[in-house]
Amino acid sequence: MNLNRYDRQIRLTGFGTRGQELLGNARILVVGAGGLGVPVCQYLNAMGVGTLGIVDGDSIEESNLHRQPAYGPSDNGQAKISVLGRKLKEQNPGTNIELHQTFLEPSNAMALLENYDLVVDATDRIPTRYLLDDACVIRRIPWIYGALHGFEGQLSVFNYQGGPTYRCLFPQIPKPGEIPDCNQLGTLGVLPGVIGSLQALEAVKVICGLGEILSGKLLLFNALDHQSRQVCFQKDISQEIRKIRDDSHYSAGLCDTGGGIPMVDYLKLNEAGKSHLLVDVREPEEFNAYHLPHAVNFPLMELEKNLTEMDKSAEVYLICHSGSRSAQAYRKLEGKLQSASLKWIQGGVRDLQAETS
Amino acid sequence: MTVLLFGVTRDIVGSGSLEIPASEAKGLKTVEDLKTHLKKGYPGLKDLSSLAIAVNQSYASEGDPIQDTDEIALIPPVSGG
Repeated sequence: MNLNRYDRQIRLTGFGTRGQELLGNARILVVGAGGLGVPVCQYLNAMGVGTLGIVDGDSIEESNLHRQPAYGPSDNGQAKISVLGRKLKEQNPGTNIELHQTFLEPSNAMALLENYDLVVDATDRIPTRYLLDDACVIRRIPWIYGALHGFEGQLSVFNYQGGPTYRCLFPQIPKPGEIPDCNQLGTLGVLPGVIGSLQALEAVKVICGLGEILSGKLLLFNALDHQSRQVCFQKDISQEIRKIRDDSHYSAGLCDTGGGIPMVDYLKLNEAGKSHLLVDVREPEEFNAYHLPHAVNFPLMELEKNLTEMDKSAEVYLICHSGSRSAQAYRKLEGKLQSASLKWIQGGVRDLQAETS
Repeated sequence: MTVLLFGVTRDIVGSGSLEIPASEAKGLKTVEDLKTHLKKGYPGLKDLSSLAIAVNQSYASEGDPIQDTDEIALIPPVSGG
C-alpha cells in the first residue's frame, strides 16, 4: 500500500492504519455509473478501496454531462463504464477495477454480487432497487441506498448485519409511472454529487466500522433549506425473501404489463414493414439527442393534444427511455383513441443505444 | 397536526407541509383515517400504491393511532440517481 498517498487519512484519529487496511481489503460493487455512481466511484477509488466493481450498460449522452462530471463532450456515445474505468485507473492505479458492462437484471444479479462485501446503489430505477434489495438479502451483504427527487435526496443503509431492508420501508413496488424519474423531473447537477458523496461516506463507515451506521433510519435531505430529517423503521419479517423472483416482478411493467410488447417483437414488425405510427414520449431534448428515424415526438405531458394525429394511423406504438413513461402514456391514452390500436414498447431507446454502441 | 410532504407527494400537494386544523384533526384517529382525509383533498395521492408514513419520525402502519399534536411525514419511494 502506498502510505504516502493516504497519509492525511491515516493521520485521522479513529481511522488510522487499521481503517486504511480495512478499506484496502474491501470489495465494493457500485451499481450504476451515472449521477450517483460517478461521485461514489471517484471517492471510493481516491480513498483506497481495494476492489471496485462497477455495473452499467448505458452510454454517455450530452444531457448527462451537467451531473456526471467525470464525462465530457468527447465521450458522448461511449459506454459509461469504459470511460469511467479509464479515468479511475488514472486516478488511482492501485485499485483493482472490475467493469461489468450490463444492466442489473434478475438473470445476472446473483452472479454479479458474488465476491463483493458491500453494494452501493447508484441506479435510477425503482424496480432495480427491489432487485438489488432481494439479491443483497440472499447474498447477506449490506447495501447503501441513495435516490433523488427534485431538490430532495434519500439515503439509508439496508440489510446491515441482518437489519431492515428496502422492502421493509416500501413493501409494495409502485406501479409504472407512479413516481416520476430524473428525465421527467430534472435534477440540479450538484445534488447527485451531495447524495453520492454521503453514500461513499456510509460505505467507508460500514467497511471500517466507524461511527453510527444509517441502518434502520432513512435520511431525507432537502437541498433548498438544508433540512435533514431521519425516520426510524424496523425490520418487517413478512418481507423476507429467499430467492430472486421472476423477471415480470421487477420489469418496468411490474404486475401491469398489459398493452406492452417486447422491444424485439416491435423491431421485427417494423422490419417487416408493418404500417404504424411510433410515438416517442420523451422530452424534446432527449428526442433530439437520439431517436429512431421514423419516430414522432409527442412528449408525455402533451399526448392529449395529439390524439387526432395518432388516430390517423391504424396502429400506434409508444416508446420512451426505459419503458416506464411509455407504460404511463399507455395508461393515459387507453380508451381515448377512436380507431387506432395502441401498444407500449417494453424497454426503450436505452436498450437500442446500448446494443449499437 | 403537521403533515410533511416528501418526493412526489410534495409535487401533488404543491407544498412541503400542510397544517390540519385541530377541528379537522380531531376526527382522525389512525394513520389510515389521515390517508383517507388527505386523498379527498388531494386526489393525486390516490395514485400512490407505495407510500411510507412516519409519525413523529418513526415508521407507522395504517392502524397506528395519531394525535393532533403529531408530526406526520408522507414518504414515497424516489426514483432518480
